[in-house]
Amino acid sequence: MDQIFLQVLNGLDKGGAYALIALGLTIIFGTLGVVNFAHGALFMLGAFCAVTVKALLETSKVTTDPTQLTAWGTPVEVRTPYIEAWLGDFGTLLVDFSVPASIIIAIPVMLLIGVAMERGLIRFFYKRPHAEQILVTFGLAIVLQEIVKSQFGANPIPQPAPDAAKGMVDFGAFIGFQAGSVVYPAWRLIYFLFSLMVIGAVFAFLQFTTFGMVVRAGMADRETVGLLGIDIDRRFTIVFGIAAVVAGLAGVMYTPILSPDYHMGMDFLVLSFVVVVVGGMGSLPGAVVAGFLLGIVQSFASMNEVKAILPGIDQIIIYLIAVVILLARPRGLMGRKGVMEA
Amino acid sequence: MGNTDTKRKDLILLAGFSAVVLLAPFIFGPVGAGYPDLLQKFAIFGIFAMGFNILFGLTGYLSFGHAAFLGVGSYAAVWTFKLLTMNPFVALSLAVLIGGLFALAIGFVCLRRSGIYFSILTLALAQMSYNLAYSVLTPITNGETGLQLAQSDPRSLDAMFGIDYGAVLPSSHLFGIDMTGYPGFYFCAVMFIACFYLSMRIFRSPFGMMLRAVKSNQNRMNYTGLNSRPYTLTAFVISGMYAGLAGGLLAVTDPLAGAERMQWTASGEVVLMTILGGAGTLLGPVIGAGVIKYFENIFSAFNEGFLLDVFDFLPEVIQHAAVSVSSLFVGEGWHLTLGALFMVIVIFLPGGLMEGINRLYRKFRPKGGSSDPDAAPAPAPAE
Amino acid sequence: MRKYDFTRRSLLKGTALAGVGLAAPTILTSKSWAANYLNEPTGSTVTFGFNVPQTGAYADEGADELRAYELAVEHINGEGDGGMLNTFSSKELKGNGINGKKVVFVTGDTQTKSDAARASAKRMVEKDGAIMITGGSSSGVAVAVQSYCQDAGVIFMAGLTHSNDTTGKDKRANGFRHFFNTEMSGAALAPVLERNFGKDRVAYHLTADYNWGWSQEGSIKKYTEKLGWQTASAVRTPLGSGDFSQYITPVLNSGADVLVLNHYGRDMVNSLTQSVQFGLRDKQVNGKEFAIVVPLYSRLMAQGAGENVKGIYGSTNWHWSLQDEGSKAFVKSFGQKYGFPPSQAAHTCYVQAILYADAAQRAGTFRPSGVGAALEGFEFDGMGNGPTEYRADDHQCFKDVLVVKGKENPTSQFDVLEVVEITPRAQVEYPASLLGGELGPYNDGV
Repeated sequence: MDQIFLQVLNGLDKGGAYALIALGLTIIFGTLGVVNFAHGALFMLGAFCAVTVKALLETSKVTTDPTQLTAWGTPVEVRTPYIEAWLGDFGTLLVDFSVPASIIIAIPVMLLIGVAMERGLIRFFYKRPHAEQILVTFGLAIVLQEIVKSQFGANPIPQPAPDAAKGMVDFGAFIGFQAGSVVYPAWRLIYFLFSLMVIGAVFAFLQFTTFGMVVRAGMADRETVGLLGIDIDRRFTIVFGIAAVVAGLAGVMYTPILSPDYHMGMDFLVLSFVVVVVGGMGSLPGAVVAGFLLGIVQSFASMNEVKAILPGIDQIIIYLIAVVILLARPRGLMGRKGVMEA
Repeated sequence: MGNTDTKRKDLILLAGFSAVVLLAPFIFGPVGAGYPDLLQKFAIFGIFAMGFNILFGLTGYLSFGHAAFLGVGSYAAVWTFKLLTMNPFVALSLAVLIGGLFALAIGFVCLRRSGIYFSILTLALAQMSYNLAYSVLTPITNGETGLQLAQSDPRSLDAMFGIDYGAVLPSSHLFGIDMTGYPGFYFCAVMFIACFYLSMRIFRSPFGMMLRAVKSNQNRMNYTGLNSRPYTLTAFVISGMYAGLAGGLLAVTDPLAGAERMQWTASGEVVLMTILGGAGTLLGPVIGAGVIKYFENIFSAFNEGFLLDVFDFLPEVIQHAAVSVSSLFVGEGWHLTLGALFMVIVIFLPGGLMEGINRLYRKFRPKGGSSDPDAAPAPAPAE
Repeated sequence: MRKYDFTRRSLLKGTALAGVGLAAPTILTSKSWAANYLNEPTGSTVTFGFNVPQTGAYADEGADELRAYELAVEHINGEGDGGMLNTFSSKELKGNGINGKKVVFVTGDTQTKSDAARASAKRMVEKDGAIMITGGSSSGVAVAVQSYCQDAGVIFMAGLTHSNDTTGKDKRANGFRHFFNTEMSGAALAPVLERNFGKDRVAYHLTADYNWGWSQEGSIKKYTEKLGWQTASAVRTPLGSGDFSQYITPVLNSGADVLVLNHYGRDMVNSLTQSVQFGLRDKQVNGKEFAIVVPLYSRLMAQGAGENVKGIYGSTNWHWSLQDEGSKAFVKSFGQKYGFPPSQAAHTCYVQAILYADAAQRAGTFRPSGVGAALEGFEFDGMGNGPTEYRADDHQCFKDVLVVKGKENPTSQFDVLEVVEITPRAQVEYPASLLGGELGPYNDGV
């Protein structure tokens, strides 16, 4: 029983990441009608915002110590991070909290990247066939990840969570199990709560602001909104920026769970498309529900008891669910008729 | 445009195509691509992309799982080598058959949906095949290492005819000629030309017209009382058979079948080849396949030493600057060049490389250009 | 070699005349009929083919391999400080190339995919005239390229490949491996594990679901169960899972007190990081300290796991902190050229290039069967692993194996592992028949 509870937690955690990535993707589908194969790259760029912030915080004054030699005979380099030299303990604390602190940097940076992408490239492709959108955004994704590779190398770069969030939280007694039988890493719980917050913020923004109302109207019927004399294009630029921010934040906070490398965007790309389509193209609640659903199902399929009956099921479960849902419900869980069907 | 006119032009196209393919070792030699393996890959992936184009280019159905058919074709061919005979024709027939059957099963399921839902269904089924081939199905596929020939294989048909290969591992052979190196390329080349002819016939046939009608407006077609499903399914199976043939040829020229041939990136590659060259055109996918394979094999091999030689004519300071800038794009940076190429092509040449070629053609041959049967279609409004 | 009534060569010529190979003259001369063996160097140079991953997850490891190869070529050609040539027990190489020919090289990208790796190797052989192929960072690729080299008729000097199959089930006469394998890892690790964790332990395996993972799991199980350890469960995880949480939570309350991570590369970085995140390193089970073991360590990859490697045991082929003369010479010449120490992948590739060069020099030819004969049973020292032998039966090097542990107080970003024990060669040796396979005859490519 405790195992099942733990797998639910795993699923929620995974689902949080899936939902965040899919959310941005489906917003872009729904508003701009663009198939964005560079969305995984945005997730990756977000993660590398955290890497960059940590690297900047750890920028060091390099002095050489001529009394000590490295194994290859050059003087040993001594590094003293400026920030610790200047700010003392607060500096150390800042380095420790570099991942959450990156959020502050990542929001404007990702917004800028998103807006630049939309203005510089994507807007020329609104009326182009999906195949060409795929080719151009896929090309962009490759270019972005190769640039990151040339700067940061191909190996994963560790991004530890703050010391305060490294521990485990004990649920056992809290929910009626034996104490210590249900423990879960604090950072993963934080990630789950964070994903709920971001999802809530996006929904609230679209639901309760005038801007959001126009965007939702635009998603439903772009032409009519245009006829009302509202400059829908400008708003869509902002929407693209928001989608980039959501993907980027998902990436920033995910770094303590998955050491980022240049290729992580591609690894999430296929999965995020599956999530979006299972949820239904252009449906925001659909993307969220599908994200959590697939996360939890994937966790359960990986249990030894399940694998004993169906070997290898954990390798294919996501795709199997996608096939079953698409055959049972033609437009995914919550898709509307006519979106991306032709 | 008269019918005879089209026929004449097709004949010229076919003759030209055949000439280029058969003389490929000379034509591609000067750009460093004139060696057997890459020439084989040009032909094989040309077939693969051509088959994909019959589905995507004509009907507009964007499959993201075509690599699965290539993969099963390879496995079928290698198993034929292991169990029956090293004769390439037997292996290829089985590869085409299995590829077609697999496509029939997957197509039957996936074609119940359209648009992106169709794409994701094909992607999901192909990824399932890949993941299983990589791990659980290892007894059949030999997993990560790839299915290989072994000394102890039965090869029962060969044994029946008394062919004994001695202590070395056999390679596939036709009447005693090994299907490696240049003979292997010419074998692929003949298949390639045959496939091109077939695909040309499909493009010009009433069946091809029907498929185009599906692309331009499926609803309208359905209202006329015509069920489009049998047509799209046939196109799907034909393109699956092309993929199976390509997979079989990969095994004939090099008897090893790896699971990663079925991965989504491999499916994505054929999509990119087709769009890059020009979807819906006869020659485009072939050119796209050639360009991508050329980058993968030749650009990735340029290293610093090579660049230093290239820029040798420059003064030393500029030489080193030129080398450090250009080394970003070659060698380990070849992906960057490929990505940038995708963007440049699709931004400036919406119809792919074929549109560029047609533009040049029209520019220099203004009189006859308008009735070019193979002209890139005007960018269609969102499918 | 073939029992046809006609020889392959005469047939090819016949068909060429018959006009199948339309362009016979230039095409066929490129395959050099007159030569004694494939790609026999006729000019003043001989070409090596360095086939390493330049894109994908192992790109950094591939880049390090390439650095090592460039260094090896310099040393063979008599440039630089000579590196391990100064400590190598064989003194045949004089710094003037091999057999009087200067070494040049071509490079290619394996992409860590069998198909791409073979295509790249074919280019080197067919177009660039490479006399040998070397490199790589995974066993699947090594086996695929090795079998190609056998079919084509060139020598393959394997790079980083740890699966038993490379010199076991899938061994080939033209292929040689210096790197160790899972069998040796198991044999070397078991005594150290016993000393540190005792005989009464319950192990839980997480295994990457492909050939190497299974090979690793089998070897560790075999040797730990000999100690008296129990195996609670061995769970297969899909390659490239990213998030392993769903496989780690069942470990928490399984009663196991050792977690064995049969993962490499990014899988290893992620599964280790996440296991530590789930508190496994600091956990107490059955009154014992919970332990995590990573049977195959790579220093380059371990850097990606950061401080999570601290105190974690594993084995490795070589480490730059070793203090023997060979290792010191190699680290010095590599560090001076590139500014950081070499990885184990770089080391094995450097050694393989030197060993090939030395064998060709001793044999006085580049003919694969000649070079192979010079490598078979060759005993040498001064290459960083102590006295080593290239066993003739399976073309596998036998040498000491390092057991390492994640360092508690690293002094630099490269200083993540410390050597706990050097398990002597005698303890890791096994009969060649154990792993099966058949070398077959050499192929000289004619």
